[in-house]
Amino acid sequence: MQAEQKNNRHQIILSALTCAFPYTIPIFAGFWFLGLTYGVYMNASGFSFLYPLLMSLTIFGGSLEFMAVSMLLAPYAPLQTFIMALMIQARHLFYGISMLDKFKGLGWKKVYLIFGMCDETFSINYTAAIPDHIDRGWFYFFVTLLNHFYWFSGATIGGLLGSLITFNTEGLDFVMTAMFVVIFMEQWLKEKRHASEWIGLAASICCLLVFGPDRFLVPTMISIIILLTMFRKPLEQKERYTESCP
Amino acid sequence: MSLKQQIVTIGMCIAGTTLTRFLPFLLFRSNAPTPKYVQYLGKILPGAVFSMLVVYCLRHVTPLQYSYGLPELISIAVTVVMHLWKRQMLLSIAAGTICYMLLVQLIF
Repeated sequence: MQAEQKNNRHQIILSALTCAFPYTIPIFAGFWFLGLTYGVYMNASGFSFLYPLLMSLTIFGGSLEFMAVSMLLAPYAPLQTFIMALMIQARHLFYGISMLDKFKGLGWKKVYLIFGMCDETFSINYTAAIPDHIDRGWFYFFVTLLNHFYWFSGATIGGLLGSLITFNTEGLDFVMTAMFVVIFMEQWLKEKRHASEWIGLAASICCLLVFGPDRFLVPTMISIIILLTMFRKPLEQKERYTESCP
Repeated sequence: MSLKQQIVTIGMCIAGTTLTRFLPFLLFRSNAPTPKYVQYLGKILPGAVFSMLVVYCLRHVTPLQYSYGLPELISIAVTVVMHLWKRQMLLSIAAGTICYMLLVQLIF
């Protein structure tokens, strides 16, 4: 009886893994490329491979880790580093708010799911159509774990190999852009109303033009919140209307 | 920077990241019902967030200087058409990426 239960549990975990893996393949390509680049960059900046190894495991946020290289080379300024980290990573607040209900009741996995929720992991976990017979918690868990592992292994290998890599990979980083375009389309095709997408697009482009590529994310987020709050009534009413008339 | 200062600097990066990821879950504990306004944001935000991420990926594109954002525009068009046609995530991403690599390595 117990052996059967154990078998059953293994089956649940295995099928969640096989269901999650294909979703992470593009991220494998993207993270290995970006991770290797990051490792090579750290190596070229004079750091041992232990730095990318530990930083990819513990920070697990690509853009901040690239920034951290220059912060480690600059004069010591811990408070400024902390504020910088908050600004760069502020978008995770949005991911958390969107996942509040989806992560409910997932027990111990929840802590790791939140810790490892980078852009790519959030995007997959939020949009993936998980079949009913697959355990949701384990699916989220494996998407998070696989992505974490890709980033960690890429960064570490990059740090070890340094400048040995000569393969012409120019343009490979576009894999991330292509993935977000596809995820954006999935979200678009899934919903009838696109006010939120338009607001996000308009706010991002306006803020990019005004504040420039390095500091437009926080103003964009603030404008998105203000606009979505201002238009809450009409947006909510439309939602209810579509819900009652499928 | 000394080793200790390096550890603190990296620690600050970890603290900033972890805080932004955990804060919503700490503010809205699962045993109490989530406020209606936050529920609304949770539902409506992702659309805007995915728009923001696409723009974020393209933030260094220069539409007014060479290459005028053409490789990006063409490759996104390929990705979109492929996805509307086959609706196979991996296929669309691969097509767009290969198209972009060929464009920037051979033409632009």
